[in-house]
Amino acid sequence: MSLLELTEVTRSVRLPDDRLLEILRGVTLTVGAGEHVAVVGRSGTGKSTLLNILGLLDAPTAGEYRLEGVPIGRLSGRERTRRRGRDFGFVFQQFNLLPGRTALENVAAPLMYAPGRQFWRRRAIAAQMLDRVGLGDRLDTMPEKLSGGEQQRVAIARALVRGPRVILADEPTGALDVETGQEVMALLDEIASITGAALVTITHDLAVAARAQRHYRLAEGVLVPVDLHGAAHEWVGDVPTLPGTRRLPGAAVPEIGPSAPAQVQP
Amino acid sequence: MTGVVGAIVEAWDELRLHKLRVLLALVGVAVAVAAITAVTAAVQMLTQGYAETLERDSGRQVTLGVDAWPQSEQAAAPTELDAAYARALERYDITWASRDWYTQVPFRFPDGTRRVDVRAVDPDLAVMQRISVEDGRWFADADADAFAPVLVVNPAFLAALGLDDLAGHPTVLLGDDHPVRAAIVGVTPQRWQGETPQAMVLYEQLVRWYVPAGTTGPGQPAPTLKVWVPPEVAGDLSDRLERDVAAVLPGWQVSVWDNRGSGYSALDGAARWVALGVGGIALLLGGLGLVNIALVTVRHRIREIGIRRSFGATSGRIFFGVLMESVVATLVAGLVGIVLAVAVIKNVPVDVLFGGGIQDRPPFPVSAALVGLACATGVGALAGLIPATVAVRVKVIDAIRY
Repeated sequence: MSLLELTEVTRSVRLPDDRLLEILRGVTLTVGAGEHVAVVGRSGTGKSTLLNILGLLDAPTAGEYRLEGVPIGRLSGRERTRRRGRDFGFVFQQFNLLPGRTALENVAAPLMYAPGRQFWRRRAIAAQMLDRVGLGDRLDTMPEKLSGGEQQRVAIARALVRGPRVILADEPTGALDVETGQEVMALLDEIASITGAALVTITHDLAVAARAQRHYRLAEGVLVPVDLHGAAHEWVGDVPTLPGTRRLPGAAVPEIGPSAPAQVQP
Repeated sequence: MTGVVGAIVEAWDELRLHKLRVLLALVGVAVAVAAITAVTAAVQMLTQGYAETLERDSGRQVTLGVDAWPQSEQAAAPTELDAAYARALERYDITWASRDWYTQVPFRFPDGTRRVDVRAVDPDLAVMQRISVEDGRWFADADADAFAPVLVVNPAFLAALGLDDLAGHPTVLLGDDHPVRAAIVGVTPQRWQGETPQAMVLYEQLVRWYVPAGTTGPGQPAPTLKVWVPPEVAGDLSDRLERDVAAVLPGWQVSVWDNRGSGYSALDGAARWVALGVGGIALLLGGLGLVNIALVTVRHRIREIGIRRSFGATSGRIFFGVLMESVVATLVAGLVGIVLAVAVIKNVPVDVLFGGGIQDRPPFPVSAALVGLACATGVGALAGLIPATVAVRVKVIDAIRY
């Protein structure tokens, strides 16, 4: 049984002029425990929406999302919130650290919503986690006094502090330089593999995406698997497209109309 | 359990982070609570002062007074009166009692003999009517058996003797034809400007050494018996005393009065309502300021709320957290207000400002402090409702991107 399982998931919103905008179309995706999956795509193709649905921050308009085999539609709002806190860790592009709180307080923040022992020992657990990401000596430092890489390390520590089963990273290196981005990703990979958490990364950066075991491309709301380790890449803007693009079994054939962007060589 | 504790910890963290904002918002609340508490305390002191003034004149609650007048020459002898009083006290097991007889007695002053107003009393009267002695002492039971009468006088009496204090153990001749030397053992405080010389003496000693002429016989007043009794038995005892004393004193008219309902409870009630009204309005204004600032703050924290939702914070928890910020803040402000009120009440001689020392200074009104604190917390909860509702309506995804 897969940890996360999206089947023919569609997410649409009604625009002010009453038109229906489909952000995701027939997305099918499975993520197993401990897997590292990367999704690449241009801005506005629905990557963040996909991540929000996976992280129970948003819900599909159509299709089914199963979390450990349980359709999330059957879960109450409270249960979804509880599972979001317990099973998912989020790493955001802009770090999203809580202002005015020290690194330790930021990492301890998710434990405020944890039950029993984790709640009462939150500061000790947070200190341990910061130590694991190499910031054991910056516990009482305010985020604004930390470098971008250090801030993202704090964000990673915060995402992992409740021992989630899935880490959802939305452009985790987007605000970092290349070298720092690689360091942060190496850390994320390492900790995810040690803790056995699945890692779903959304990124523009091919080098970041290439660290994953499986790769997908999201274009016009349609998710298609790609192999960044194999074939030569074609590019649309900063996103690779591959001649050997393979559809997931059972995935709907995307209807990309005349308005689809032309593929050009860089 | 962890949910509630967590919400309180979160609320406290928020307040810690935004000290200045909280401080500004809560000044009004703290001042309002301080006003409610301090004014209530002041009103209690005013009431106590007023009550003590009344008690100095008419005795503590409830004092019964037994008055008796001989109606004819055939009436029972006045000596029967003391025996009748003593029997009544013993029969009803009355602890606090004193005879109280207003008369005039001649004293020999340096400028000649003068008749001075004298109260002939028993030692219990000092407690019953809050008679204090600023120099020397009050009467002791043993004084009744002393060889010479002892006196407690007012400053005007002492001044008439050309003295300022009791350092020289002053004495004065009491009586006219066969005077007796009386020792002055205590001086009461002056109650008003221009007091005439007055003295108090033990009843038993006065009647032993001097009986004022023309104070016995038909129509002449005999000493009043004052008794201090619990309010619940006052009514019944009043009837019984009148009946019992009249029964053993044929030819005497006996009447019993009491000092119940002397009027200070009305003052207490009115002043309390004024204090609560003023405090309530101040608290309301403080609460409005708090709502205003809390709303602005929540709008600045939309992103943070979104991030917390991503951690698994339920909408209920967010609502409770924001509400608790307000409640915890006003609770702290309320405590500050109470400390402020205590400082004022303890350091400003409120009782003196209200015209004279208070013998039994009332304790700090804990009930008023608790009411103030409860009101502040209530205002905090009300003020927190609006921002908490705004916080819950935040869409998580939008908030994270905010």
